[in-house]
Amino acid sequence: MPWTKLQVEREEPTFDENEGQDVRKLSYGEALREALDQALARDGRVYAMGQGVDDPGGMFGSTLDLHKKYGGHRVFDMPLNEEGTVGMAIGSAMAGMRPVSIHNRPDFLLMAMDQIVNHASKWSYMFAGQVPIPLVIRACIGRGWGSGAQHSQALQSLFFHVPGLRIVMPTSPYDAKGLLITSIADNNPVLFFEQRWLYKHTGYVPEEVYSIPFGQAVIKRQGTDVTIVAVSHMVTEALRAAEKLATKGIDVEIIDPRTLKPLDELTILNSIKKTGRLLVADLCWKTGGFSAEVITRVTQKAFSSLKQAPQRVTFPDIPTPSGYVLENAFYPGVEDIVMAVESMMAQEI
Amino acid sequence: MSIEKDKLSDIYYKLLKIRKVQLKIEELYHEDEMKTPVHLSLGQEASSVGICANLQKKDYIFSNHRSHGHYLAKGGDLKAMIAELYCKETGCSKGRGGSMHLIDTSVGHLGSSSIVGGGIPHAVGAAFASKMLDQGLVAVTFLGDAASEEGVFFESMSLAALKKVPVIFVCENNFYSVCSHLSTRQVNADIYKRARAFDIPSLQIDGMNVVEVYETAQKVVTAVRNGKGPFLLECRVQRWRGHAGSGDPGAENYRKCEDLDPVNRRDPILEFETYLNEKELLSTGERTKIQEALDVEIEEAFRYGQQSPLPDIEDLEKYLFVE
Repeated sequence: MPWTKLQVEREEPTFDENEGQDVRKLSYGEALREALDQALARDGRVYAMGQGVDDPGGMFGSTLDLHKKYGGHRVFDMPLNEEGTVGMAIGSAMAGMRPVSIHNRPDFLLMAMDQIVNHASKWSYMFAGQVPIPLVIRACIGRGWGSGAQHSQALQSLFFHVPGLRIVMPTSPYDAKGLLITSIADNNPVLFFEQRWLYKHTGYVPEEVYSIPFGQAVIKRQGTDVTIVAVSHMVTEALRAAEKLATKGIDVEIIDPRTLKPLDELTILNSIKKTGRLLVADLCWKTGGFSAEVITRVTQKAFSSLKQAPQRVTFPDIPTPSGYVLENAFYPGVEDIVMAVESMMAQEI
Repeated sequence: MSIEKDKLSDIYYKLLKIRKVQLKIEELYHEDEMKTPVHLSLGQEASSVGICANLQKKDYIFSNHRSHGHYLAKGGDLKAMIAELYCKETGCSKGRGGSMHLIDTSVGHLGSSSIVGGGIPHAVGAAFASKMLDQGLVAVTFLGDAASEEGVFFESMSLAALKKVPVIFVCENNFYSVCSHLSTRQVNADIYKRARAFDIPSLQIDGMNVVEVYETAQKVVTAVRNGKGPFLLECRVQRWRGHAGSGDPGAENYRKCEDLDPVNRRDPILEFETYLNEKELLSTGERTKIQEALDVEIEEAFRYGQQSPLPDIEDLEKYLFVE
């Protein structure tokens, strides 16, 4: 989609995870492509499908020209029938394949809700683990240039509620590759949510095949004052906010859970014991969102460590507006995180 | 065309098995020990038996909420099925599935869905896998007339045609969605015609006549296995009982078809016996032998189900994920 490319180029500043380091660097999209490329090369049961995966854009570069390398029988375009597509992926997974079903936007997954929620998530439990569903569903959360209410939804918390699904949300190119490899190798249904603006980011990515275990958060920045649990693109915003806060003498710790399900509680709880303050910078609506779950668990399990009530920065509980003025107001970012942290620090002075 | 003797015995055995097992379920259902919503396929035995008699052990089937006939026709383990109805740990789904979620992977039955239409795309996917892995297997999905109204039916046919996969859509049209007659739901009752939009060949046959089903399915399965692409087979059948549970309470308030009353309705087993008599096939002695063996088998299966242990509540959260 050319319009989103335009928007990303304009709005999202360059972000290099390993700035100044002389290491092998890939963009987020290139890292995803390399993971898929290597998975296709290593295992003949892996295949990738979705609307436009073999088009000149190659799903924002993440599938670019892989159909030429592996053939149209393993990397192929699909009609617009998400329910049928995901159902077919599930059936093929039952019969031994390892499908990667790629969708432009999470918004479109709502058409496949029956197959994801009523079928993929249930098969292991309902049949006592007899038939694995090794299925990866990729979807890229949109933002900007009027993407609006139906092309920019971050719906991970809807799926987060459903038992039986893994929810993966990588932020860095390194995590994108490692977690996609893990997801494809896993024998359970995985929802893999990307964010469109992350595609401009670059960072260190080893050439060899590597996997990152599910349920293992990464501490993106060490700090002592406030623990920020941030999700996907909000990790980047939190890192930017941290620099500003540092100039004001506030030292934040930033945790990227990387997988919402399973969730690495331990890393978060250990951090809270150190800082005593929690801010969740989420990439979705407030009510019933992932932030609510993190805050609940921290409150229940580290109550005595908390110096004050946990806070959150989220999307407001409204659909995304299309017009750019309202759209800018809709998305929380660096300044919202800075303000939230400052307000938390001010409480005890 | 003549049907081999072994096949005739197998068809007779399966028809009777599905009939007798379900009559036994109905007989004992009031005891409330089978705490699971059963959807009996009494009267509809011929379609599943006629189709599955043409399948290989490894071929796939995908079933639905009315699951008993498909499971038994494909050769699913009877003891494990009855134990599942009693919600026991020895059940085919270890008591996690119940009547609507039967499975026997050893005979290509990968699990039935109780969401109407939900299993249709799974068959397309399994057929796709068979093609990708060059296994020569076919996949069959059994769907009712109500499932043919779901969008996923059309999406599945579209994908099956596009990928030219070895899948057979078997629509067992019993004309009722719970109590709603097909005529109140669709302007065109010829479900087999839905396939035309996708250039998928299709047929409408008498699903109460097991010989017709068998002979048609033989040609269809052969063609599909040989790479001719998908097929839609509409089998017109009669559901003798209500949508769920035993009997058919309130039948007089919704039944439109006179031929469904117990006196005039058709019986696929009696019709098959008449066929056997006319052709002088399978002697009375042979049939009696099959019946008696079945009675023993069913008796044992129910005893097994009744006496098996219940799941351990310590295992409540087990199996959420495959290791």
